[in-house]
Amino acid sequence: MKPSKPPFILKKNPRSPRPERSPRFEEVQRRMASAIMRRLTPDERTQPTDSDGRATEVTAAEYIKPNDRLTSLERLEIYNRQYWFRLLDCLIDDFPGLRAVLGDGRFYPLIISYLESHPSSSPLLGDLGKNLPAFIAGRKSLTAPHTWIAGDVARLEWAQIVAFDRGGRPPLNPSLIASTPPDKLTLRLQPHITLLDLAYPVEAVVLRLLRKDRSLRNGSSNAVGEKHVPRKFARAGRISRRRTRLLVHRHENSVYFKPLTQAQFLLLEKLAAGSTLAAACDILVEAFPSTKSEDVRSWFASWQHFGFFIRR
Amino acid sequence: MPANPFNGHTDYGVGIGLRVPHYRHILEKKPTIDWFEIISENFLVDGGRPLEILDLILEQYRVVQHGVAAYFGSPGPLDRGHLRKLKRLVKRTGTPWLSDHLCWGSVDGRFTHDLLPMPYTSEAAAHTARKIREARDFLEVPICVENVSSYTEFHISEMTEWEFLTEVSEQADCGILLDVNNIYVSSQNHGFNPLDYVENIPHGRVGQIHIAGHSKFERFILDTHDHPVLDPVWNLYDRAIQLAGHTATLLEWDDRIPSFNEVHHEALKATVYLEKKPALAAA
Repeated sequence: MKPSKPPFILKKNPRSPRPERSPRFEEVQRRMASAIMRRLTPDERTQPTDSDGRATEVTAAEYIKPNDRLTSLERLEIYNRQYWFRLLDCLIDDFPGLRAVLGDGRFYPLIISYLESHPSSSPLLGDLGKNLPAFIAGRKSLTAPHTWIAGDVARLEWAQIVAFDRGGRPPLNPSLIASTPPDKLTLRLQPHITLLDLAYPVEAVVLRLLRKDRSLRNGSSNAVGEKHVPRKFARAGRISRRRTRLLVHRHENSVYFKPLTQAQFLLLEKLAAGSTLAAACDILVEAFPSTKSEDVRSWFASWQHFGFFIRR
Repeated sequence: MPANPFNGHTDYGVGIGLRVPHYRHILEKKPTIDWFEIISENFLVDGGRPLEILDLILEQYRVVQHGVAAYFGSPGPLDRGHLRKLKRLVKRTGTPWLSDHLCWGSVDGRFTHDLLPMPYTSEAAAHTARKIREARDFLEVPICVENVSSYTEFHISEMTEWEFLTEVSEQADCGILLDVNNIYVSSQNHGFNPLDYVENIPHGRVGQIHIAGHSKFERFILDTHDHPVLDPVWNLYDRAIQLAGHTATLLEWDDRIPSFNEVHHEALKATVYLEKKPALAAA
């Protein structure tokens, strides 16, 4: 290999000599991972100061060799930028509705803060956004005054991801359901189903932006380009508050948002939580005394048609 | 080396990566192609459309799994949960070998989703080789490790990248997925002769070769997989085939993806080099 020049930074800053003993490879990996996960400056450069308060050009030079064209810091910066560009692109792909309702001015600070608080904990990029709805609820200042609608959109978009690729189990046979005493019958919903109680009817926004093939990694290159060029986005129009209950599910490999009445939502919610059919119906009738048994039978017929129920 | 233990004793020809923009063309036109390489992690899901597409592809084509998240070089043990998912997919695809990168990408349960270059030390080689062996034993399929493109080097490195690749592959007794584009990119970024790399690895372990395009910037080259293969990379490929023999070859084209026919046409240029060098075992 071509011999590299000594790190020029060391000449400038004699207080930061290279450690006498080379760190073990894991220590280098920990230092580099910490450095590349640090947020970029507004002009997409590596932060000039490292987490320990020293200049990043000094700390980078301690473990990264410069070459005749790039300093240690500049070599580190390539990876720092790739990290952020790749992960931001993933969340942009998975939450287009959230971006549409917040606009880029609020969306980018939100997802950057989210990634700082919740670095990826899964080898699969598709899991990256799983904590975003809870993060929005817990950090209201980042989305105020649109926290409710932002949270609703994020929950619906995550439910869409769950519906897209979570497993499906063989549905319970309707005759088994019919023949089991209601006080003994407990049911589970398919793993790809999410029940949502929303303050805003945000499904219209999300449906408009529904993608057929979400964030599948398109290749194995470790480069994402020199500049971050986000895709264009559509701004959502004004949405009036109206409580909306949805069941998000997959049928024949397409994702559907099924509107639910308040009574239907309550019944499914109780069943999903582990109540027997008899107990769930008791709660339903107490909350909605006008509910008729033929209504419940009709709902069940529809839900069984779509195979919503599996064995608990 | 058309067939060796590292590619499951297969004799695959020239394939391309299975990419979303080509799904419709492939499923409707059913083009003739030797094999597809899939990104394993795109199909590590429990159900839905990704697996439906995969099953349709598997009805018609041979598929080889290529991973981006095993991170054999990361600190700590293998991610057993990830391996279990991979094993389920291996059973589904029947992949004769499985590849992933000679790199690291996670630390203490936090993932960068990047293919980061290793510090080339003996300690790192032993650690990485141990994890590759464990993964192979668990997955029960041969593993080839791919050299990554890189933009940085570490002070603690004790050997060249090709010496590290050799050390790891021999200690792990695994195969090599030789990416000649990555060799070229790294050679330009680090100032070494790419032929030194190609000529000084254990050629009998090469189970597969990757070719791809890259992008030149003012002071470095990025491995962008968004161009046709450039001449210096074809020259390296030519040399690799001379040394390793007739080897399963795959074109990676991952960004600004043109039509299926254009990608396939570019991939088939490899046959010119393969036909110059019929099956030959290398020492």
